[in-house]
Amino acid sequence: MSKSNSNALIQIDGLKKYFNVGDGTLKAVNDLSLNIAKGETVGVVGESGCGKSTAGRTILRLYEPTAGTVLFNGENIYKMNGSKLKAARRNMQMIFQDPYASLNPRWSVESIIAEPFKLHNLAGSRKEMRYKIEQLLDRVGLKPEHADRYPHEFSGGQRQRIGIARALAVDPSFIVCDEPISALDVSIQAQVVNLLKDLQREQGLTYMFIAHDLAMVKHISDRVAVMYLGKMVELAESEALYANPQHPYTKALLSSIPVPDPEIEAKKERIVLKGDIPSPINPPSGCPFRTRCPAATERCASEVPALREVSKGHFAACHYA
Amino acid sequence: MSKQETVLSVKNLEVAFNTRGGLVQAVRNVTFDLKAGEALAIVGESGSGKSVTAQTIMRLIPTPPGRINGGTIDFKGQDILKKSEKEMEAIRGKEIGMIFQDPMTSLNPTITIGRQITEVLMKHQNMNNTQAKERAVEMLRLVGLPNPERRFAQYPHEFSGGMRQRAMIAVALSCDPTLLIADEPTTALDVTIQAQILELMKDLQHRLGTSIIMITHDLGIVADMCDRVIVMYAGKVVEEGTKEEIFKNPQHPYTRGLLRSLPRLDQPKDEPLIPIDGTPPNMMHPPKGCAFADRCENAMRICAEQDADVTTHSPTHASRCWMHSAV
Ligand SMILES: Nc1ncnc2c1ncn2[C@@H]1O[C@H](COP(=O)(O)OP(=O)(O)OP(=O)(O)O)[C@@H](O)[C@H]1O
Ligand SMILES: Nc1ncnc2c1ncn2[C@@H]1O[C@H](COP(=O)(O)OP(=O)(O)OP(=O)(O)O)[C@@H](O)[C@H]1O
Ligand code: SF4
Ligand SMILES: [Mg+2]
Ligand SMILES: [Mg+2]
Repeated sequence: MSKSNSNALIQIDGLKKYFNVGDGTLKAVNDLSLNIAKGETVGVVGESGCGKSTAGRTILRLYEPTAGTVLFNGENIYKMNGSKLKAARRNMQMIFQDPYASLNPRWSVESIIAEPFKLHNLAGSRKEMRYKIEQLLDRVGLKPEHADRYPHEFSGGQRQRIGIARALAVDPSFIVCDEPISALDVSIQAQVVNLLKDLQREQGLTYMFIAHDLAMVKHISDRVAVMYLGKMVELAESEALYANPQHPYTKALLSSIPVPDPEIEAKKERIVLKGDIPSPINPPSGCPFRTRCPAATERCASEVPALREVSKGHFAACHYA
Repeated sequence: MSKQETVLSVKNLEVAFNTRGGLVQAVRNVTFDLKAGEALAIVGESGSGKSVTAQTIMRLIPTPPGRINGGTIDFKGQDILKKSEKEMEAIRGKEIGMIFQDPMTSLNPTITIGRQITEVLMKHQNMNNTQAKERAVEMLRLVGLPNPERRFAQYPHEFSGGMRQRAMIAVALSCDPTLLIADEPTTALDVTIQAQILELMKDLQHRLGTSIIMITHDLGIVADMCDRVIVMYAGKVVEEGTKEEIFKNPQHPYTRGLLRSLPRLDQPKDEPLIPIDGTPPNMMHPPKGCAFADRCENAMRICAEQDADVTTHSPTHASRCWMHSAV
């Protein structure tokens, strides 16, 4: 066993993922460090384009990193190859952002869910496979006969559950859920979220849960990470983050949640952000949020705020937190 | 424009699709009105026909496999269903702007984002190249895209999911349409940018009296910016009312279930959410009674046998449920 924190299933350290775009470098993920404990759910929220999906993909080594390490059970996944890498890939799955685009329309549900078994040489006889697939469908609330249908014959919510069944097929221990529910109506969102929580309780699954719906993120996450322009700007237990946000971006985010109640909505005070939205190709000096931050001072333009522990387990990257 | 004037009137609309398995009855007897300057929300189950309704108004349903089997769509006194494709081209983008649920279906992957906006402007607003480019960059900035000059020259695949969505919003808003149809316009955006885009739409609404149809799963957005709501289930409108009526006094069991499934920020973490159990009906063989019957906790024998009529609760509030129409 390694000397590292034995509770952490995933240890992300100094992770960077840059893209070359024409005449510049786009720092999609810029120095991310985070541990995720076994059985924990870490929610990830943040501006569109701040690097959430890229971070998720790089952590699963669907992208090669520009720098940094990710330890899975104490071992660096970027140094793995051959059978070891294959075993790690089996343990780490992703539910993709787009339920419409991530399922091959020409394959039946049976073939879609059978694919990961085949990829990992776990396919038994046709009959065994069929049995496993029907069990998986049952677990995600679909019916055995659905195995013979094609993706377009399902509603959005059912399709999302096919994606979840596929991710669960090979018994992973870690799943990156990239906006798994934003395309679904709230009654189905609740079904999917309850399912993810049940599976976690039964099998000790660990999740990274990327989403824009802050009420849902709060409901499902133990801790929440807030990203801005490729960086993590706040990290805290979810109760603490919502009750006592420290970073000005998090404050603006929380104040902008539209509340499904017309009376509250009519009275609500919103922190409306002004100022230029910076580009990840050309990030501002100092604090990445300073161009839109209502509290920014000169210091913010010259000095990069470090991610500090402002109270136990609550980290924020703001000079004034 | 006066607030009373009806801009859009959809009556008894029926739309179906031919598929290998049979005929899918996507939209069944849908009727609603929209007044000038009004924002109407369409909410409902996924697969209930919201997008198909919107696409039919734009006449963007592929026929075949789609088929408009009945009904009328009156837009400012013109019958949309009788227009030629050429006439529709003049209406689309200029008088009716649409933001699609899936940005990749409406953005052309082989053309830069900038060109896609300038083309619309040059076609509908008689702008020259320079004017169009200026306006396009301005629109990209207004929807909150960082570095709009540079993003102008990029292709859709170089954008994140939310950036594509914003580019498409820029296209739809660039011609100041009379009617804006927004199909899940902000699902991929964080709430600060979402707030900014909703402001942009409200501004259009107040400045030019634009009417808005907002299709969304986010009931918070409905509470924030819509005046009236229609709730769809299995291709039909099951409830209609002002925003206050729908949130404070929901009548249809599906609407009630929907509101009950919402996670609340003050909810303890270990308390499970309350979904509506079961799955929506197969639209190839829609049930002959109320389509919600087999998931409804209030269902009575008659519910499975015959669909309820519309019951009126106030001049603006109506629902389709046997609990109210049964004697
Ligand atoms: N393959 C790629 N090539 C070039 N740039 C990319 C690529 N993938 C992502 N990017 C850029 O990296 C940044 C982060 O993108 P990413 O998709 O990770 O954002 P995100 O936080 O998931 O956003 P969203 O909430 O919109 O899905 C964006 O600026 C995007 O344009
Ligand atoms: N091109 C098509 N061919 C066959 N069936 C279709 C087609 N387009 C839509 N449908 C079907 O029509 C019904 C209504 O679909 P629609 O896209 O309007 O749902 P929606 O209410 O917008 O759902 P969501 O909230 O998931 O977007 C669904 O059963 C769908 O499968
Ligand atoms: S460091 Fe400065 S600019 Fe950054 S969030 Fe804090 S106050 Fe705002
Ligand atoms: Mg993403
Ligand atoms: Mg839709």
